[in-house]
Amino acid sequence: MIAIDLIQQTAEQLMDKAAIEIPDDYLTGLQAAAATEEGDLSSFVLQAMLDNYTAAKEDRRAMCGDTGVPRWFVKMGNAAQIEGGMCALETALRRATARATNGVPLRPNRVHPLWRTDHNNNVGIGAPEIEYGFEPEGDWIDLITVHKGGLFGTDYRMLFPSDGIEGIKRFYLDCLVAFGKRGLACQPAIIGIGLGGSKDTCMVLGKRAATLRTVGSRNSDPKIAALEEEFKELGNSIGMGAMGFVGKNMVIDCNIEVGYCHTGGMQMSVHAFCLSSRRAVARLWPDGRVAFRTDPDWFTPYQRRETVDWSPQEQEATA
Amino acid sequence: MKPREVRLSTTPTPEEIANLRLGDIVYLDGLLYTAREGVYMRALEDKANIPMELASASAANFHCSPAATIREDGSFDMGAVTATASFRFAKWLPDWMAKTGAKLIIGKGGMSSKDYKAYFVPNGAVYLSTVGYGTGALLGRGVEAVEAVHWHEELGLAQAMWVIRCNRMGPFIVASDLDGNCLFERENAQISKNLDRVYVGTKPAVLKRFGETDDRNDEVIG
Repeated sequence: MIAIDLIQQTAEQLMDKAAIEIPDDYLTGLQAAAATEEGDLSSFVLQAMLDNYTAAKEDRRAMCGDTGVPRWFVKMGNAAQIEGGMCALETALRRATARATNGVPLRPNRVHPLWRTDHNNNVGIGAPEIEYGFEPEGDWIDLITVHKGGLFGTDYRMLFPSDGIEGIKRFYLDCLVAFGKRGLACQPAIIGIGLGGSKDTCMVLGKRAATLRTVGSRNSDPKIAALEEEFKELGNSIGMGAMGFVGKNMVIDCNIEVGYCHTGGMQMSVHAFCLSSRRAVARLWPDGRVAFRTDPDWFTPYQRRETVDWSPQEQEATA
Repeated sequence: MKPREVRLSTTPTPEEIANLRLGDIVYLDGLLYTAREGVYMRALEDKANIPMELASASAANFHCSPAATIREDGSFDMGAVTATASFRFAKWLPDWMAKTGAKLIIGKGGMSSKDYKAYFVPNGAVYLSTVGYGTGALLGRGVEAVEAVHWHEELGLAQAMWVIRCNRMGPFIVASDLDGNCLFERENAQISKNLDRVYVGTKPAVLKRFGETDDRNDEVIG
């Protein structure tokens, strides 16, 4: 049984870490970008961002004033049990979100869509989102918080098999060019692409590809992994850099996730996880141990399984 | 070439503004205030009295909601500050500038050269963009004090009017000048020259959408 107080306390720490500490994989990616950037203005911007991450950590203040919309992903081993049950878990995550909003502090971004009611704590109807995943082994839970910006850089389109890779590339470039101008997407970003599923799951796949995979990770399907490399290069060949200034760094990495879709369609979504790619992860065990990390490690073989029954051997054979 | 750095007052003289060039890096001293849709609607549409002396106290309007909280004792805790995209406020800015004498509009992404020529230049005002975006911690270091927060009960913390005393707050980038030139449009034009080449090997979607453009010189804002 995992103690509910430990969950809330850990969740508060995660909110703090996500808002303040840029994950190492993104930092390394941005340092590499800064080393190659030649545009006067975009070089200045990248250096300012690197200084900003340092300032955030030194001062323990949020790296960006727009602290995004905090959300939660909960991954559970099949044998995990939560003290008080799943509703207690959700209450703990809502409490942690509200407390950290005033504690860090975060910007109270969440408002009612029509009445603009602001509870000043990032909690409200459907907020924060809490999504779940499961793994066949283990009695632990992983708490993952992502504070993604909310307004620009994301789009969806229903494509069809006849659009092919050429159509996928077109929509990808359209998104980068459209939202890259003036730096609306706060690039260079981790670009997540969702392919397939239905409209809603396609958006979910793309968002998770952007937020729950790290810079340098590759899809387990080698052909998709090759596309990821190709799309990263393609995005960086536009000639656009940070803030939409002339430059060569638009995409820190490109992650693609797929889901089976209707035979007539080829849904596509594009998401940009910005210069403040905020995510923090902790694994909690029933004996009270907590281990913090920054890699959500969401897309395990189990999450990408293709077979009816779960069979690790069969999955490996198809991969 | 390294961009030029300038220190600027939030109540700048006309000469100081005229001296600014596109792409200059600016650090601000003095009082600035946040105002976005909530403040604009309350002041311009509901005709509420603006609770500070503009523009003598401050001529710098920041399109920003800070990551901040009001402590129980009434003092403020302001961590990071970052701008929000300004193009959404074009509807109110001409009236706001006329009413308040704002000379520095600070935000994310700038406005169009059409906006600059129509009401920035006649008001002797320029646009400063934040950098990144998201140098919130660096900008937070430039907050010497939070002097006041107005209308937080009516508008919520994110939309309230925060009055900030800054000390070398920055960096910001000069994104418009008194000729109405737009830094972002200059960069767009440069980048557009390369786009046809980048799009080789792609094709338009078989299913079109209403309002769709294939002219990649277009912007999605505005």
